[in-house]
Amino acid sequence: MYQHNAFDQAFLRNRNTQFRAQVERRLSGSLTEDEFKPLRLMNGVYLQLHAYMLRAAIPYGTLSADQMRVLAEVAERWDRGYGHFTTRQNIQFNWVALTDIPDILDHMETVGLHAIQTSGNCIRNTTTDALAGAAADEIADPRPYAELIRQWSTDHAEFQFLPRKFKIAITGSPDDRAAIAAHDVGLQLVEQGGEIGFRVLVGGGLGRTPMLAQELRPFLPSAELLPYLEAILSAYNLAGRRDNKYKARIKITVFEHGIDTFRQAVEDQFARIRPAYTGEDQQLLAEIAAQFTLPDLRENMAEYDATTRKVDPLYAAWAAQAVSAHKRADHASVTVALKVAGEEPGDASADQMRALADIAARYGYNELRITHSQNVVLPHVAREDLPAVHAALLRAGLAAANMGKLSDIIACPGMDYCALATARSIPLAQEIAQHFQTIGLEDEIGALNLKISGCINACGHHHLGHIGILGLDRAGAENYQITIGGHEGDSTHPAAIGEKMGPGFAYEAVVPALERLLRAYLELRNGAEETFLEAVRRLGLAPFRAALYAEVSDAA
Amino acid sequence: MSVLVRDDGFHAEDFDGLAVELAPTTAPEEIAALVANAGLVAVRFDSFADGRGFTLGRLVRTAGYTGRLRARGPLIADQYAMARRAGFDEVEIPAEIAARQSEADWRARADWQAHDYRKRLGYKGCDSLLA
Repeated sequence: MYQHNAFDQAFLRNRNTQFRAQVERRLSGSLTEDEFKPLRLMNGVYLQLHAYMLRAAIPYGTLSADQMRVLAEVAERWDRGYGHFTTRQNIQFNWVALTDIPDILDHMETVGLHAIQTSGNCIRNTTTDALAGAAADEIADPRPYAELIRQWSTDHAEFQFLPRKFKIAITGSPDDRAAIAAHDVGLQLVEQGGEIGFRVLVGGGLGRTPMLAQELRPFLPSAELLPYLEAILSAYNLAGRRDNKYKARIKITVFEHGIDTFRQAVEDQFARIRPAYTGEDQQLLAEIAAQFTLPDLRENMAEYDATTRKVDPLYAAWAAQAVSAHKRADHASVTVALKVAGEEPGDASADQMRALADIAARYGYNELRITHSQNVVLPHVAREDLPAVHAALLRAGLAAANMGKLSDIIACPGMDYCALATARSIPLAQEIAQHFQTIGLEDEIGALNLKISGCINACGHHHLGHIGILGLDRAGAENYQITIGGHEGDSTHPAAIGEKMGPGFAYEAVVPALERLLRAYLELRNGAEETFLEAVRRLGLAPFRAALYAEVSDAA
Repeated sequence: MSVLVRDDGFHAEDFDGLAVELAPTTAPEEIAALVANAGLVAVRFDSFADGRGFTLGRLVRTAGYTGRLRARGPLIADQYAMARRAGFDEVEIPAEIAARQSEADWRARADWQAHDYRKRLGYKGCDSLLA
């Protein structure tokens, strides 16, 4: 894992001192509320519906056990005892006081944590595959590049006041686990003639105008990453719209100018910027990469995992969902679900965070990851230890085996927390999860990716859900639109945006509609091997649309 | 009356000569011709929240201009370091902002060369871009 060096530490302390002064200057009137707003946002401080919210960065989703303990402490000392892990591999504290935030930031700094550029119209936390460095199918580890981008983008003089926020995602595997096509810039590590480089995508994004990113360069040599990103951002900074915030994202810039014109603007900027980079970043990259080597994995009795599966059905059911293959066969990665039915998706209490930190310290080489599906991953666990990890998770209430199934729902905070939301999303997610577990259909339905957004800004990424639910406000009543067929993209199928089925449903009609839809799937599928998404691809939308609206047309 | 801000604090206007002002909408390819004979180039910021001027400042340097380069508009003290790193020599702010944000607020960011990640990554800065 990357350890902050003297430069990083001095930077963070200086930054925290600046923010403390900015809060004081806001209180003294030196800064107006309008002037203070972008400054607090670029330090992770939002004004929510009921209180200030602090969004701390978990750079590319990687946390040490010590860092997780500090997050638990922040939750306990300054919030209401829990935190909310987000789809951008961050953690949000929803009930902090503005005047406490400088102290919280100082406390986080002691373990190298911060909240820089987690909000605002600047370059946000770069996200990546939660299994990076552990997955067996990786071309190269994306984390050193993500750290390089963190350093380059942090306090970048030109890009703190962009037209709109800017999100970069990197995947190191052909099986994209970072949803790169849904980002402002998506980077895919590729190999060409023995050289490592990037396939560069631009202009993806969800929100009210969902678009998948287009290819800007099929192969960018990895040494040119920073000047090329700088060229993209320069072109966007000048050409992005500033007259309408809903048209300010780079996806609209690319759409309005066309990919070829935009590519030309980027290449023009690149020619100017390239000579300004001396190549020293490549030496730093090598130093960074040296910190992302695998931990010293220990020899162990790996077969204990397989023998336990034979005799302990509860463990076997959990392991089938939670355990995935590791680069080294006698180790595994473990996904811990933060989607316990009846709980808020992505929420973790201080006790749970501490339990995870303890498990990581004892069995996981001190490492934790936060996934963009709002779950936690222990990337390296000796197979011999898997039964003990399962037992420890059971004691912490974190041993749900629903990963990748219906109740592993991604949901935005919705109207319970967010000032922008037009409908509730968390209570709906809870009701859906509980309903399908109660009627016992979750396991039969199998692999299903359900995503809920509480407004058109689409923080729940509903467009990419196999089933997506978008909560809107229709004349004062919550109304939920359902989309089908969305997909995050993998090595066999590119990312796809789900199709809207028809008129929306009232809050209490959503669960019955989903049940009709999924019972239709169970009848239509070619055996249990065919997933919901595969059935939609084979049969088209018509039979599923008919099932969704069966009740409605019967009544009419 | 506006106020000039430099690393050593506030100053009154002290330029007398051919000044060229660039609007935030200036196209990159037009810059070289516009600044060729200027004694001072001022890049206009219509709002502190509109960051186009930071990229334009750098492009003025890339175009080969070595003279006095000014960021003009309602910038805030917290943006002083950004302006200096983008190639500007000074910032010209309206008197209203100078009255509200003290000289000390601005001078607190005169250390703009410290804690610069991009410099550490081998970015040579705007001076190195001069043709």
